[in-house]
Formats: sequence, C-alpha cells, structure tokens
Amino acid sequence: MKLDVIFRVAAKIFIPFMLVFALYVQFHGDFGPGGGFQAGVVAAAMVIFYAIIFGLDAAQRIFPQRLVELMVPAGVAIFAGVGVVSLFLGSEYLDYSRLLHDPVHGQHIGILLVEIGVLVTVAGTMVAIFYSFIGRGR
Amino acid sequence: MVLLTLLAAITVGIVRMRNLFAVVVLGGIYSFLMASVMIVLDAVDVAMTEASVGAGISTVLMLAALHLTKTEEAVPTHTPLLPLFVAVATGIVLVFGTFALPSFGVAETPMNMHVAPYYLQNSIPDTSVPNVVTSVLSSYRGFDTLGETTVIFTAGIAVLMLLKGKRELKPGPKRRRIRR
Repeated sequence: MKLDVIFRVAAKIFIPFMLVFALYVQFHGDFGPGGGFQAGVVAAAMVIFYAIIFGLDAAQRIFPQRLVELMVPAGVAIFAGVGVVSLFLGSEYLDYSRLLHDPVHGQHIGILLVEIGVLVTVAGTMVAIFYSFIGRGR
Repeated sequence: MVLLTLLAAITVGIVRMRNLFAVVVLGGIYSFLMASVMIVLDAVDVAMTEASVGAGISTVLMLAALHLTKTEEAVPTHTPLLPLFVAVATGIVLVFGTFALPSFGVAETPMNMHVAPYYLQNSIPDTSVPNVVTSVLSSYRGFDTLGETTVIFTAGIAVLMLLKGKRELKPGPKRRRIRR
C-alpha cells in the first residue's frame, strides 16, 4: 500500500469532484435526473473509494463509524419529521403545502428536505455496511 | 439489439464461470449494460440508479464479501436438471406474457391513461419541479418513498446486526492475551 502513488494522487484529484457531483445530483434532482437516493449512493461511493485507497482507519477518522451509523436512522427521522411538521401546520401527513406561505414553494422545500432525508439514510447505510464488511475481514 | 446480445453473452459467461471474482466483475459489466438499456428507453433516473447501485456499490460489497470467503465456487452436488426445468418454464411463461403487453411507446395504454397525465400536467403548477420523477417520488407518492427509506433503514440495521453481533461473542486470541 506504500507504492501506489498514482492511485493516491488520482484519488485526491477525483474525490472533490465526486462530492460536488453527489451534491449536484442531490440539489439539481428537481431539474435533471437524480435525487436523494442516487446522491446518497455517489456520496457513499466517495467514502468507499477513499477507504480503499487510503485505508479504513483514515476513512474512519473523517467519517467515524458512530456518525455513519447515526445517519442510518437520522435520515428516516428527517423524512418522517417533515411529515409530522406538516401535520402540526394544519395539513395532511407529508403534504408540504403549508411549510411556507406559498403552497408551491412549500411543496418545493418539502421535496428538498425529504430528499435530504433519503440521502442521509442511503449514504449512511451503504458506508456502514461497507465498514462492517471490511472491519470483519481484519 | 446490440446491448441485448451483449447482455445474453454476459449471462452465459456468468453461468459458466467458476471463479467468483470474475463473476462479480461480469456482474458489474451487466449492470452498466442494463443502465445503457435504460438510457435507450429514456429512463434516465433509473439508469443512474442502476449504474451507481448495481455497478458501483453492489460490486464493491460483493468484493468485500469475497474477501471473507473463498473465491472459487464449490462444485454442485446435485444435478442441475430440476433448476434448469424451473428456469426454462418460468422463462417460457414470461415470454408468453410479453405477447399481451402493448407495444412500446403507445399512449393509449391503461398505464399511461390512469394518473400519469395528471402528474405531467400538474407537476409544475403544484410543485414548480420540472423533473416529474422527483415530484412524483417525493410529493405525490411521499408515503411510498418514506416506506422505501424505511426499507433501506431496516435492511441496513439487519446487515449491521448480522455482521457485528458475532464478533463480540467470539473474542479473538489477541484480545484474550492482552487481558491475561
């Protein structure tokens, strides 16, 4: 693992773009293809790529296992929480119309929040499974 | 047609191969071809998911699983006649079923007449989201997507429990030595 200079340099060039692409897929999902699920997988792929090149310990220093495992339920909580908030604002569960003054904007912001929930759960699950697979093999 | 021929060739390769490492790599190629088929069918969102999940993540997870097991497939102890019969019978039934499907791209099918026109016409006035796939997934069908997210959550928790639980039951020799 000491001689793979090319991999390390290439990874350092690629990883920022992978993160930007994940965020692009996430926040541009209303206009182009993509959404929380795809963005979560791309973000998880970034972490896995980093872990493969630089080792599991280096990856876990940036994305600790606790954080990743916390992300798994946190995303579902965000998603369901948006629904509960819309209940308290006087509309039906998961009807985002009253989140903002304008129903159309409320729908838009609701979609964004929900997609963030999906992103968090998907990315957390993928990375957590990867961590436990690799951690077991050692 | 070219894509489908390649898909068939790779399937035969996967079936005949005994080395699991090669099977995993071929599976990744299969997923990428499937993503290309989806692009040809104008389902860009599905293609993206197939490329990232099918070809990316599941290949990595399969390789990680191979890391824990042997890379050669065991020689089967039973004859393959019964599974072959089941597979061929299911295939014939499925092909027979496709004859009843409407041809590709016809607008007056039940699938395109039911709620799809409503979504297409009202997505921008209701949600100001031009990508109808996104507005259907998260707004009109928000309950379904919440369910899907919960499925991922449940599956992730289950896999984590399976992989991590056993390790604590069997302390390795290293740990014991430190305690003594």
